[in-house]
Amino acid sequence: MVREFTCIVCPNGCDITAEVENGELISVTGATCKRGEAYVKQELTDPRRTISSSVAVRNGELPLVSVRLDTAIPKNRIFDVMQEIGAVRLEAPVHIGDVVIEDILGLGSNVIVTKNVERK
Amino acid sequence: MEKREVVIIGGGPAGLAAAVELYKKGIQDVLIVEREKAMGGILRQCIHDGFGLTRFKTTLSGPEYAQRFIDEVQTYRIPYRIDTTVLYVSSDKVVTIASAKGLEKIQAKAVILTMGCRERTRGALGIPGERPAGVFTAGVAQAYMNLYNRMVGKEVVILGSGDIGMIMARRLTLEGAHVQAVFEIQPIPSGLPRNIEQCLNDYGIPLYLSHTITAIHGKERVTGVTISEVDAQMKPIPGTEKEYACDTVILSVGLIPENELSIDAGVPLDTRTRGAVVDEFFQTEKEGFFAAGNVLHVHDLVDFVSLEAEKLADGVAEYVRGGRLPECPIELKTDRNVNHTVPQKISGQRDVNVTMRVNRKFENAVIVLRQGGEVIAKKSMKKALPAEMIQIGLKKEAIRGNQEIEVSVEW
Repeated sequence: MVREFTCIVCPNGCDITAEVENGELISVTGATCKRGEAYVKQELTDPRRTISSSVAVRNGELPLVSVRLDTAIPKNRIFDVMQEIGAVRLEAPVHIGDVVIEDILGLGSNVIVTKNVERK
Repeated sequence: MEKREVVIIGGGPAGLAAAVELYKKGIQDVLIVEREKAMGGILRQCIHDGFGLTRFKTTLSGPEYAQRFIDEVQTYRIPYRIDTTVLYVSSDKVVTIASAKGLEKIQAKAVILTMGCRERTRGALGIPGERPAGVFTAGVAQAYMNLYNRMVGKEVVILGSGDIGMIMARRLTLEGAHVQAVFEIQPIPSGLPRNIEQCLNDYGIPLYLSHTITAIHGKERVTGVTISEVDAQMKPIPGTEKEYACDTVILSVGLIPENELSIDAGVPLDTRTRGAVVDEFFQTEKEGFFAAGNVLHVHDLVDFVSLEAEKLADGVAEYVRGGRLPECPIELKTDRNVNHTVPQKISGQRDVNVTMRVNRKFENAVIVLRQGGEVIAKKSMKKALPAEMIQIGLKKEAIRGNQEIEVSVEW
């Protein structure tokens, strides 16, 4: 079976054609770098994504601070993770790299702050 | 009157990178003028990741990417003014600024134009129908959600397949809204393929090409839109109308370089890029005025904005020290498949990186630069899309005389 992928690793967005049999990757064409093949393998077995969101901050110069995952999580857990992130409230100041939730839902990824918000 | 060697208009990614690079080159009598409360420009609201893959070899969110430059500005104590708007720049480089301190004038030796873009609006498209609340450009919706903690709507239709629109489709979905579809009037998407994959396909959001909104309905708030298919001339086809009920319409229909200040200063613009005509030093046709980033031409990635502004700093440093830059008599001309190039003219004395965009999709194409019929540079591409900026290195040894250079696509 032939499957088409658009690689999301970098902005080149290579169109990759993969030949797959019984879930096994037979061949990959179209990737302009090594990461493309790794991406297709990952997509076939365990597709993962990182996500970004924001959380409310009390007493900050902004009402919100942006956060992201530091490593990808299984795609089918995105909305579970969003729910956890949505429940968080922080107190200013917060700084880039602060860990908001460690090992979220046991998925091996941390939610980290991506913006500095000082106290009002 | 206050005097500065360099005044930088706009503290977004281009202005920040230019300031830091100038400092490193020993040009330190610089002032960055930023109208917002904080530096960082549009990156402040771009909380998604994917920034920095080229410039820093890692993936960062917009605010993190901006902070790397802001930290440098602060470490080097490069002067900047926030909450300060440039009202006017005269052709002899007197910059008039307004802030809580009142009106001030600054005489600059060189002016760097890094004002970025504005979004094309509903008014510019002339979409018929009512004028209810609930119609937002993608960047405005992004600011509401990511800076002000305000959700913009629940049932959403997106017009235009620009990258910000697709990124907002994902953002809205993650925050609990239902994004029904993205409609694109052109036969090809205007954003990057990876965003179609990770922002639309991942969430089952359909993208309809050759479709547009032909009416917006609702009195107080949007209640729905009429969608029509369009023909090859992008004219709606009668009989193809479909109604979609929604409370929100997001527009992601293009960016326009914000060049009002440039025009007032007498800087000539290129009608194709809507940015200034520049040479390889990023000097405009008005001596001592330089431009880089989205105010010069719309970029696909911020990494290239930073790299371009750093390159600009080389030219500005040379200009400030020497009072002039080499002549750039060699013009770059484009064939009908190439939308534009930046720079539009070069000296021929130095290696140069030519940036361009194609007008339509090509497969297995070769971008060719010719001078007097002879090939002086080329680049093979598996696919060339209008959504991406193409960059070609041109070596000075290859350049012959001052004849114009023809840039074309062959396939």
